[in-house]
Amino acid sequence: MTHILIMVAQRLALGLLTLFAVSLIIFLGVELLPGDITQAILGQGATPETVAAFRRELKLDLPPHERYIAWLGGIVQGDLGQSLANKREITELMGVRLQNTLFLAFIAAVISIPLALGLGILAALYRNSLYDRAVNVFTLSSISFPEFFVAYILILVFAVHLGWFPSISNIGHELGFWERVYRTIMPALTLTLVVVAHMMRMTRAAIINLLASPYIEMATLKGLPRSRIIVRHALPNALAPIINVVVINLAYLIVGVVIVEVVFVYPGLGQLLIDAVRTRDIPVVQATGLVFAAAYILLNLSADVLSIMTNPRLLHPR
Amino acid sequence: MASGESTRGERAPLLTMTGLRIEGQADEEWHEIVHGIDVVLHRGEVLGLIGESGAGKSTIGLAAMGYARPGCRLTGGDIVFDGIELRAASRGRQRLLRGARIAYVAQSAAAAFNPAHRLIDQFSEAPVHHRVKSRSAAEADARDLYGRLRLPEPETIGYRYPHQVSGGQLQRAMVAMAMACRPDLIVFDEPTTALDVTTQIEVLAAIKDVVRQFDTAAIYISHDLAVVAQMADRIMVLRHGNLVEEGTADSIVNRPEQDYTQRLLAVRTFRKPAAEPSAEEPLLRIEGISARYRRSARVLESIDLDIGRQRTVAIVGESGSGKSTLARVVTGLLPPEEGRLVFDGAVLAPALARRPRESLRRVQMIHQMPDTALNPRQRMREVVGRPLTFYSGLRGRKRTERVRELLQMVELEPDAFIDRYPGELSGGQKQRMCIARALAAEPDLIICDEVTSALDQLVAERVLQLLQRLQDDLGVSYMFITHDFATVRAISDEIVVMFQGRIVEQGARNEVLEPPHHAYTDLLLSSVPEMKIGWLDRTLARRGQGPGSDKEGPDRSAPPG
Amino acid sequence: MRDALSLLRKSPWSARFGLFIVFAYVFMAVFGPLLTPYGESEIVGFEYEPWGPEFLLGTDNLGRDMLTRLIYGARNTIGIAFITTVLAFLIGCVAGFLAAVLGGWTEQAISRFNDILMAIPQLIFALLILTIVGTSVPVLVVVIAVLDSTRVYRLARAVAMNIVVMDYVEVARLRGEGLWWIMRSEVLPNALPPLVAEFGLRFCFVFLLLSALSFLGLGIQPPTADWGSMVRDNATLITFGDFTPILPAASIALLTIGVNFIVDWLLHKTSGLKDG
Repeated sequence: MTHILIMVAQRLALGLLTLFAVSLIIFLGVELLPGDITQAILGQGATPETVAAFRRELKLDLPPHERYIAWLGGIVQGDLGQSLANKREITELMGVRLQNTLFLAFIAAVISIPLALGLGILAALYRNSLYDRAVNVFTLSSISFPEFFVAYILILVFAVHLGWFPSISNIGHELGFWERVYRTIMPALTLTLVVVAHMMRMTRAAIINLLASPYIEMATLKGLPRSRIIVRHALPNALAPIINVVVINLAYLIVGVVIVEVVFVYPGLGQLLIDAVRTRDIPVVQATGLVFAAAYILLNLSADVLSIMTNPRLLHPR
Repeated sequence: MASGESTRGERAPLLTMTGLRIEGQADEEWHEIVHGIDVVLHRGEVLGLIGESGAGKSTIGLAAMGYARPGCRLTGGDIVFDGIELRAASRGRQRLLRGARIAYVAQSAAAAFNPAHRLIDQFSEAPVHHRVKSRSAAEADARDLYGRLRLPEPETIGYRYPHQVSGGQLQRAMVAMAMACRPDLIVFDEPTTALDVTTQIEVLAAIKDVVRQFDTAAIYISHDLAVVAQMADRIMVLRHGNLVEEGTADSIVNRPEQDYTQRLLAVRTFRKPAAEPSAEEPLLRIEGISARYRRSARVLESIDLDIGRQRTVAIVGESGSGKSTLARVVTGLLPPEEGRLVFDGAVLAPALARRPRESLRRVQMIHQMPDTALNPRQRMREVVGRPLTFYSGLRGRKRTERVRELLQMVELEPDAFIDRYPGELSGGQKQRMCIARALAAEPDLIICDEVTSALDQLVAERVLQLLQRLQDDLGVSYMFITHDFATVRAISDEIVVMFQGRIVEQGARNEVLEPPHHAYTDLLLSSVPEMKIGWLDRTLARRGQGPGSDKEGPDRSAPPG
Repeated sequence: MRDALSLLRKSPWSARFGLFIVFAYVFMAVFGPLLTPYGESEIVGFEYEPWGPEFLLGTDNLGRDMLTRLIYGARNTIGIAFITTVLAFLIGCVAGFLAAVLGGWTEQAISRFNDILMAIPQLIFALLILTIVGTSVPVLVVVIAVLDSTRVYRLARAVAMNIVVMDYVEVARLRGEGLWWIMRSEVLPNALPPLVAEFGLRFCFVFLLLSALSFLGLGIQPPTADWGSMVRDNATLITFGDFTPILPAASIALLTIGVNFIVDWLLHKTSGLKDG
């Protein structure tokens, strides 16, 4: 058991290290720029005074390592700095939006994970059947769709023609839970359609790979019924690959969220990021970028840890 | 089980397969791989299926359970087990038989055990599911069987996971699992092929014991006639999905009628004539070599040996003996920790990267698996031609001519082979190409790493003869690494026996092969199956009586010197 | 050539469909200027004119011909995505092969650095860099290529690792062959089949990422015609129930479907999976 704890601790340390490296990249990205960033942002016409004021505001007059330490220190204490555009605290800007984004991702995950796993496992079990072939064509097409394509089709059908759902998902805290769910359905459905295809394909491949193992043949030759082979012999070994599939797709959800939020004007973190990018509000971009990256790293880390914890070879060392 | 006193023959046979036809899929087309085979098996009888690769023996074995692997399908014939037609039977009916009345033992136990469950859970699964025994009765039975199969700590070994148990033990645990429901028939599919000889003999003994105790009928599949001769009452010799010859084990081994069977039997008879030991300076001196892989324990411990000019030195040992590591040290792939190599009077650089091209040219290597030793994307012209360009700067017409000469030397028709890819060659032809590639460098020493073990026996024999002829013609020396004593007998001048990284015995061929032996050499030699009926029983009886009978091999704490 | 034909004859309908789509798109991209009735950014009518004989698919938000811009869009988007993918493969394959052949510290160093780059979601990373550097086609190509090369690296290294342990590579090393020869003659030819399939997948990914960036207004800049930004510019029409703005998005989807169908077939062939 200690063996596993050590491995998990190693992964956690590695994740932390990666997060640190990512923060360094996000910070240094600004530094490594050719030319002067203030000039680039303020334009050629800026007077020396405005440039100097701007530099002070960004604390560009300090040496880079001091600024980095100050920045990182602030983040650790929950202070992400100020927005350039409206001078508001970034923490305050992000708070509600982060919740909204997590809410959207959560709804999408709740719909898509059971759906994708179920359909993927079925496709693997009934390999080469008509169902499997249809699923293959459907998922191949579906992963080819840009998110905004799916989103606009849904809007065209459900919002414009049928009028079932609003085409703009304006949600706020004053709304009740079910009203929020109702307004989140369209973006969540878009994310679901895109993610389900990926997840199904990966689940199917993982299960098929597993079913080709000699110990599955052995179980067949022991005269066990199919259900028992699946539950008893395939599933315990399928856990690690399936966890992997789920987590990779959750990470994918996080990125996909950016575009979907823009299409539906959903007040989430992705929307904030895009607005900040458009106005070149660098502190906000850095902060949101870091939050997205942290979520991504955290998810991948948990996949690693879970697959260690479900590996019998590691659970029962020699 | 060879006791013929049973009432067999008076009752209906346990299993009959008539006109069995099986197809396999290749390149999205179906080809017939078993062409109408008839098999009859009586209760308590052991039937041996023997043949080279592609004979269809495993496929036939699985067909006895009404099962075809993915990519195979049963297309013709009847399979009747105890009055039940298996091909027509429903899946549910088949399931009732499988595991309960017909059981299967696979070649690789490591792959066939589910890594997620303990051995005893996998043992109990079939008896509990088929309602033969209760869970606790099944576990008690497992402990009993583990004991009968001479597994260490039979009371507790079942509570381990597959990866916590060694290969030979796992194989015996699988035999126990097959026995769990006391089936009428067990299909053994090359159960000892992946094992070392000293482990093989233990597993063979265990299988033979339990099959005899419970009077179980068995189909024993192997490519090794000497092994089958120990296990089977009756043998069917198969080739390319056809029956060559069928008879009692005794008649097949002692009075074979078909030419093919005779050749299979004669396979271990090739002998190199004994050569006088020469007094001149050896080509390669290995002096006090010790080596280890990164952070592991030492795998070679002060090895000293000489390889003379135009001589063949066989390095023999089981897996883990360090014989392949020694080859890696000689080639420079693994620089040794201590010791040095003296080649033709000059010290060789320890690391490959520091050796000049000329000394690389003089030592060549032929690998075990010709499949992986040839780049699948290169034509033979390039494979054999590249060393010519690289070492001797040959190009164009001259190079092609030399390639053709080399192909002729390895007995391959140049016009037919020079533009082929490896995928268009058989195993033996591939190994000949590897030999030609080595010869292209005009080396003084060729390291042969298990060069025949991936080949069918008849093919291997011809490759050995070719290597011998080339030595006579060209005067090269061979460092011959092998685990197979038949090969050693055939080709070596000198023998070096290795065990756990040390040399336990070395000397001229006849000295080492003739008694008295060193204890480990004796164990090794006596474990090599002989093509004689009753060899296994006699050997086991001798070991059981002799005071030096030690099932775990030589004393591992103090390796014999 | 005859091999290719017989291969095609055995191919499933989905692969043929994919090949047809890809050829059609390439044709459109190459001969775009000859096929279009108007200039790429020529204002030829009023805004949002409906479909009609003069403007087959109507006009866009600035009064430019939709069909013309759709065809030019093929040129720009596909061309840039293709160049980006090629660049990503050059970087990824060289680094991946080097890591596999050299092993040891080189491999560790490249792989860890790669892990860190991969820990940041691509779209977020691209947005970050584009904010700082500003948007232009060369910057887009380099940024996306570098980000995408991390995925290529991972595959190239994994494939090359499986090849490097083969005895024929050991034979080449024992012969004294240099690094370049081993990479070019032993590793590359054997790594090709999975890499070709991966090229298709990466192309789709780059193509979608580029379109996403353009859709967000951060990719290819106006007045250059581009499918992603065309959707964004005309999105308002959708609320009136007009399908036209979705056409560029559908064009993107159709091409990626085509490529994916081909890749699926290639993967199926090279994996040697025998489906019973």
